[in-house]
Amino acid sequence: MDATDLARWQFAITTVYHFLFVPITIGMSLIVAVFHTAWVRTRNPEWMRLAKFFGKLFLINFALGLVTGIVQEFQFGMNWSDYSRFVGDIFGAPLAIEALLAFFLESTFLGLWIFGWGRLPEKLHATTMWLVHIGTVLSAYFILAANSFMQHPVGYTYNRASGRAELTDFFAVLTNKVQLVTFPHVVLSAYMAGAGVVMGVALWLMRREAKRAADDAQDVARTDAPMYRRATRIGAVFALVAAVGVIVSGDVQGKIMTEVQPMKMAAAEALYDSVPAGQGAPFSVLTIGSLDGSHANALIEVPGLLSFLATGDFKGAVRGINDLKAEYAQTYGASGNPRVADVATAFVPNIPTTYWSFRLMIGLGMATVAIALAVLWLTRKGRTPTSKWMAYAAVAAPLLPVFANSFGWIFTEVGRQPWLVFGLMTTANGVSPGVSMGEVITSMVVFTLLYGALAVVEIKLFLHYVRKGAEPFEEPQEPADRDEDAPLVFAY
Amino acid sequence: MDLATFWFIVLGVLWTGYLVLEGFDFGVGMLLPVLGGKRYASDAVDAEKRRRVLLNTIGPVWDGNEVWVLTAGGATFAAFPHWYATLFSGFYLPLLLILVALILRNLGFEYRHKRPEAQWKARWDQAIFWGSLVPALLWGVALTNIVRGVPIDANKELTGNLFTLLNPAGLLGGLVFVALFLTHGAIFIALKTDGKIRHEARQIAERVGVVAAVLAVALLLWIGVTDGKLASWVTTVVAAVALLGGLAANRAGREGWAFIGTAVTIAMAVATYFLVLFPNVMPSSTNPAWNLTIDNASSTDYTLKVMTIVALVFTPIVLLYQGWTYWVFRKRLTVKHIPEDAPLETVSH
Repeated sequence: MDATDLARWQFAITTVYHFLFVPITIGMSLIVAVFHTAWVRTRNPEWMRLAKFFGKLFLINFALGLVTGIVQEFQFGMNWSDYSRFVGDIFGAPLAIEALLAFFLESTFLGLWIFGWGRLPEKLHATTMWLVHIGTVLSAYFILAANSFMQHPVGYTYNRASGRAELTDFFAVLTNKVQLVTFPHVVLSAYMAGAGVVMGVALWLMRREAKRAADDAQDVARTDAPMYRRATRIGAVFALVAAVGVIVSGDVQGKIMTEVQPMKMAAAEALYDSVPAGQGAPFSVLTIGSLDGSHANALIEVPGLLSFLATGDFKGAVRGINDLKAEYAQTYGASGNPRVADVATAFVPNIPTTYWSFRLMIGLGMATVAIALAVLWLTRKGRTPTSKWMAYAAVAAPLLPVFANSFGWIFTEVGRQPWLVFGLMTTANGVSPGVSMGEVITSMVVFTLLYGALAVVEIKLFLHYVRKGAEPFEEPQEPADRDEDAPLVFAY
Repeated sequence: MDLATFWFIVLGVLWTGYLVLEGFDFGVGMLLPVLGGKRYASDAVDAEKRRRVLLNTIGPVWDGNEVWVLTAGGATFAAFPHWYATLFSGFYLPLLLILVALILRNLGFEYRHKRPEAQWKARWDQAIFWGSLVPALLWGVALTNIVRGVPIDANKELTGNLFTLLNPAGLLGGLVFVALFLTHGAIFIALKTDGKIRHEARQIAERVGVVAAVLAVALLLWIGVTDGKLASWVTTVVAAVALLGGLAANRAGREGWAFIGTAVTIAMAVATYFLVLFPNVMPSSTNPAWNLTIDNASSTDYTLKVMTIVALVFTPIVLLYQGWTYWVFRKRLTVKHIPEDAPLETVSH
C-alpha cells in the first residue's frame, strides 16, 4: 500500500460516507416542502405536524451531509494536487459555481426555514424550504457536471505548453451527454432515498400507534396512525414515481456508458470475450466461482439482457474486457501521454467490485420498489397493519435505497479506474506529490474515527426523534400578532 | 486590468466576506463559556439561558456565513488552480485541523439543543468553543504565512511541514485573528442582545479590543516594514483608525458604529495582506523565481471570462438575500425570548 492507495481509500471512505446523507437531503427537502405547502394550502393540522416532524429528521441528516461536504471540497487540493493542477481550468469552475449558486441558497434559506416559525409570513416560510430544495438540486447539477467530465471529457483542449487540460467550451461541459443522463438518474435516486426514509419512519410509527390502540382497545382512527399511514403512502408513491425515472434514465445511461466507456459495461458483467452481433450477450444475475474469466459459473442468466442493456437490441454486439484491453493499450498505452505511462497495459478496473456493485445497485433499488408496492397494497382502504413484517419493512425502506445509491457510485467510480480523467490521466498520476505517507495516514485515521463516532451520534439522535413522533399541533400566530417580548417559537 | 488580476481582487473580497462574517461567529463561539460562564451567570439555569441567547444571535446566519470560505476555496480552484493545489496540499495538517474543528463546531450548533441532558449540551459547548478558536487561530497562521512567503520549490510544491508554519510572524498572525474576532464577536453580541449581557459584551470588547489593537498594529507594522508598499500602508492606517474608532464607539454605547469599525478593520487587514501579496499569490521563501504569481498560477482567459460572468450575475443576488436574512432577524434578543427547555422526556420504546 502506498500513498496513492491511501489517498484513494480516503477519498472512497469520505465520499461514500458523505453520500449517505446527500440523497436523503435532496429527497427529504422536497417532501418536507410538499408537507409544508400542503399545510399552508389546506390548514389541515396533520400537514404541519408532518412538516415539522420530518423537518427535524431532515435537519439531523443535513447537518452531517453539510460538514462532510466541506471535506470534499478541500480534499481535491489536499490529496489530489496534481489532478487539481491538470484539470483546475475546467473542474474548478463548476465547483466555484456550485458554492455561489447552490451552497449560499441552501444554507441561507435553511437558516430562514429553521428560525422562520412565527417570524416569517406563512407562505414565504414555506417557500424557503422550496428554495433549499432547489439549492440541493443545483448543487447536484454542478458537481455532477464536474464528475461527468472525468467520465467523458468534453469541451477542452490539451495544452502542451502549459501541460494541462484547458476549457474551450463551458456549455459543452454543462451539457455533456453523460451529465444529461447522470443528473436525472442521481437526483431521482436521491428522491427514492428521501422517500424511503419518509416511508420507513412513517410506517414504523403507524404500526406503533395502531398497536397501542389495539392494546388499549381504542379506536385506531382517533390515534395518529391514520396520519402516519398517509405519510408512509406518500413516501411509497414518491419512491415509485422516482423509480420509474431512475429505470428509464439508467437504461439510457447504460447505452451512453457502452459508447463512451465500454470497458465499464464489460466490467459490470465481467464479460471477458466479446460477443458478436446476432448472438446476444446474457446478463448473469448471480455468479459463483471467480470472476477472472477462468471459471465463472452463472447461477441465473437472462439471455440477451446484457446486449439489450448495452445496445437496446437483444442481439447487439458487446465488446469484452480482453478486446478492449488490447484496444486501450494501443490507443492510450502507446500515446506517449506521460499521465498514462504507469499503467501501459492494465486498463481493467477491479472486476469483482464492478460486478457486484452493479448488481447491488439494481437489486436494492428493485427491493425498494417491492417494499413501496407492498406498503401501498397493505395499507389500502384505510388499513393500518401491525404485523412484525411492517417493522422489518420500516427498517429496510430507508436503508435499501440509500445503499443502492452508494453502490451506484461505487460502480461508476471503480468502473472508471484506472482513469482519473478518462483517456487523459490515470489515478496514480493525480495524487499530491508533496504529501507524505504519514500525513495521509493521519488524516485517514482522523476522518475514519471522527466519521464513525459521528455516525453513532447521528443515528442515535435520529432514532430518538423518530420515537418521539410528531409533536402535537399548536395553532401558529402570524408574526404581526405576536408580542415583541414573547419567547421565540423556535430557538437553539 | 486583466481578468486574472480581477480574480485576485475577487478572492480578496471573498476572504473579506468570510472573515468579517464568520469572524463574529467565531467570536461568539469563543465567548460562549465566558459570557455564559460562572463569572457572569448567577446560576446554572441562568448560564444555560445566556448561552442560548448567544447561540441564537448567530443561529440563523452562521451557516450562510461559512459558505463564503467554500466559495473562496472553489474560486481559488477555478481561477488559480496552482495556488489551490500548492496551498491545499502544502498546508495539509493545518487544513485537516480546521476541517475537524469546523465539523465539530457546526454539529454543535445543530445538535446541542436537540437533547435536554446537561452533559450532552456541555460536550457540544466544548465543540463550539474549540471549533471556533482553532480555525480562527489557524486561518491567521495560514494567511500570514502565505503573505510572508513559504518554502516553495521549482515544481510549485511546498517543502517543510506543520512546524514551518509555526514561526513567530505566523503565530502572531494567529493571535491577531483570535483577538480581532473576539472583539468583533463581543461587539456583535452587544449589537444583537439587550439587558445585562449587552453591557457585559461591551465591557469585554473594550478590554480585548485593546489587546487586539496592540497585536494587530505590531503585526501589520512587521509585515509593512519587510514587504510594505504605499497602498498597503494606507490600508494599514485605515485598519488602525477603524479599530480605534470602533472601540471608541463601543465605549460610547454606539454598537452599530462599533461593529462597522471592527468590520472595516478586518476588511482592511485582508486588503493589506492582498496588497502586500500582489502580484504574487504565494511567494516562495526559497527562491523568488519560484513564486506563484497571479500570472503563472491562473486559469485561462476563457475560464476566467465564464467565471466573471457568473460572478457578476449571481453575487448581487446572494448579497441581497443574505442581507435580507439579517434584516429578518434584526431584533435584539434577551433571556426572556428563550423558550423554556422541554422537560426531560420519557422515551418510549
